Amino acid sequence: MTPEPATTPTAAARASAWARLRDSDILASFLASKVTMVSAFVTVVMLAGAAFAPWIAPTNPFDPASVDLLNSLLPPRWVEGGDPQFLLGTDNQGRDLWSAILYGMRVSLIVGVCGVAIAATLGISLGLLAGYLGGRLDAFIMRVADIQLTFPAILIALVIDGVVRALFKGVAREHTAFGVLVVSIGLSFWVQYARTIRGSTLVEKNKDYVQAARLIGIPAPLIMLRHVLPNVIGPVLVILTINLALAIITEATLSFLGVGLPPTQPSLGTLIRIGNDFLFSGEWWIVAFPGITLAAFVLAVNMVGDWLRDALNPKLR
Amino acid sequence: MTDAPLVQVTGLRRVFDVSKPWLDRVVAREPRQTLKAVDGVSFEIRRGETFALVGESGSGKSTVARMVVGLLPPSAGEVVIDGVSMTDRKDAARRARLRRRIQMIFQDPYASLDPRWRVGDIVAEPIRAFNLARDRREVEHRVGEGLKLVGLDPADARKFPHEFSGGQRQRIAIARALAAESDFIVCDEPTSALDVSVQAQILNLMRDLQDRLGLTYLLISHNLAVVRHMATTIGVMYLGRLVEVSPARDVFAAPRHPYTRMLLDAVPDLAMSGRPRTPVQGEIPNPIAPPSGCTFHPRCGLADERCRREAPATIEGVACHAVAEGRAGAARPARAAGG
Repeated sequence: MTPEPATTPTAAARASAWARLRDSDILASFLASKVTMVSAFVTVVMLAGAAFAPWIAPTNPFDPASVDLLNSLLPPRWVEGGDPQFLLGTDNQGRDLWSAILYGMRVSLIVGVCGVAIAATLGISLGLLAGYLGGRLDAFIMRVADIQLTFPAILIALVIDGVVRALFKGVAREHTAFGVLVVSIGLSFWVQYARTIRGSTLVEKNKDYVQAARLIGIPAPLIMLRHVLPNVIGPVLVILTINLALAIITEATLSFLGVGLPPTQPSLGTLIRIGNDFLFSGEWWIVAFPGITLAAFVLAVNMVGDWLRDALNPKLR
Repeated sequence: MTDAPLVQVTGLRRVFDVSKPWLDRVVAREPRQTLKAVDGVSFEIRRGETFALVGESGSGKSTVARMVVGLLPPSAGEVVIDGVSMTDRKDAARRARLRRRIQMIFQDPYASLDPRWRVGDIVAEPIRAFNLARDRREVEHRVGEGLKLVGLDPADARKFPHEFSGGQRQRIAIARALAAESDFIVCDEPTSALDVSVQAQILNLMRDLQDRLGLTYLLISHNLAVVRHMATTIGVMYLGRLVEVSPARDVFAAPRHPYTRMLLDAVPDLAMSGRPRTPVQGEIPNPIAPPSGCTFHPRCGLADERCRREAPATIEGVACHAVAEGRAGAARPARAAGG
């Protein structure tokens, strides 16, 4: 076997990040899976739609001036009685559903991603610490996790909301709602990450490669980050994608109970909830379109996460 | 180089707490249970030699190895390497410097290499940890040299461990162990996870490297053929104690301790010389409740009342009453390992 050019020091230094990506197996495995490509495409389109909502959406559903109550509950354009102005119809307040979905996607995504990010960061670090260091710290963290599980997300959100209201009396709820939601979701979901990570860490920390790293005096935090974490993170990627969906749904539930986002800033979850009220009176579009959007997004993200887990595992390449 | 031994182990002891959880113990009114994995082990390793620790599974060989390299703190006793105590708190600064010179090769080459790291990074980790190279190019250069040293291609640095066979992985582990220019290598069953056809290659590589780099080995093995091929001195362990320490030639030519004799008699003879082969009698006892006196007495044909009562002291490298009293007869030659 002759050494490839890229292995010589000078060539490796010159190789750009793009060249490394092009040569990597990750891209090849991506191009080999049609399902992944479609899912990634759907995900990107929806992310773009959410990101560029103000430029794509015909109206701004958050702006009361652009909403006319006379247009409420109009069916989609192609259905009899539909107004050509509203592609997917309108909701009970006369908001254009197509615009509301674009804007709602945005709200849902931001809340979901932030909430899951908090949960994952908290859960992964606590799980890693508990598993690797063990002993009393482990017992303490895992008992806290057990206690945490007995509180539903809704209860946590209500408590946090109450505390925040008492602390910031003068501040309007519109400004605190987002923070309350994100923290509540973060606090309700971290246990799953901590348990998963702790379990795998307990297995990995006794493997000889960890011992070999200890032997040459690598400090424990570095061993956790460089050796243990990459070997235990796989299952978490899948939990992340599933949790993103759960977080979006939790956000909808909380909004329904009045501790979530105010109805003036509808998220996808809020739209589905509003639509639910009108489902039996025949206005199916209010629940159907946001629902389809949410389901498609969640499915696409899950598929990408599934592929990512396999692609990042060098053994499966 | 001085004549002082490189490694001195004195009175090494390790007790594991194997009690049930506190609550279970209180409910069942059981006392704490402890397991003496290693009990009063002392030996010396001279520079450039290969000291082999042999014994059945559960005899405490690997525990000794882990204590010698500092992965496991001993319950009592001391390990001194090149004049620096591995156990004394005061020597922390000198110990940090010494650490570079001590490395370990593990039994399972499928577990001892981080599956997420490229081979180049695995071999480079000690180089980076001890700041042995000025820049990336030098690190890569040294990794390439290390891989060549163990018979691999420098281009293999870009691959992942799972792309290699067991023997190749063990070569990578050796390259890593040598990357920091270590001179004392503890090998914990380095070939027992490998195919027989590959074992000899790895052992020959280890001997070759020993000759070229002046390495000192502590070899842990239950395989007498491996030990015969490698060792200059042999320590036989039984239930956490060192029962015999002798030069390798003497152990195979004239084993003294009854346990050593039993082990050697059990070795299958590849030459099919018709030598009667005696299977090992009995099993190693439960170390949580070891037998009284000499722990080998339940399996020993020479045991008498004294053996059941008191533990033998080590005299001239052998811990056995029968040998000390001359009851064991002349050290009889045993035909040994078919390697």
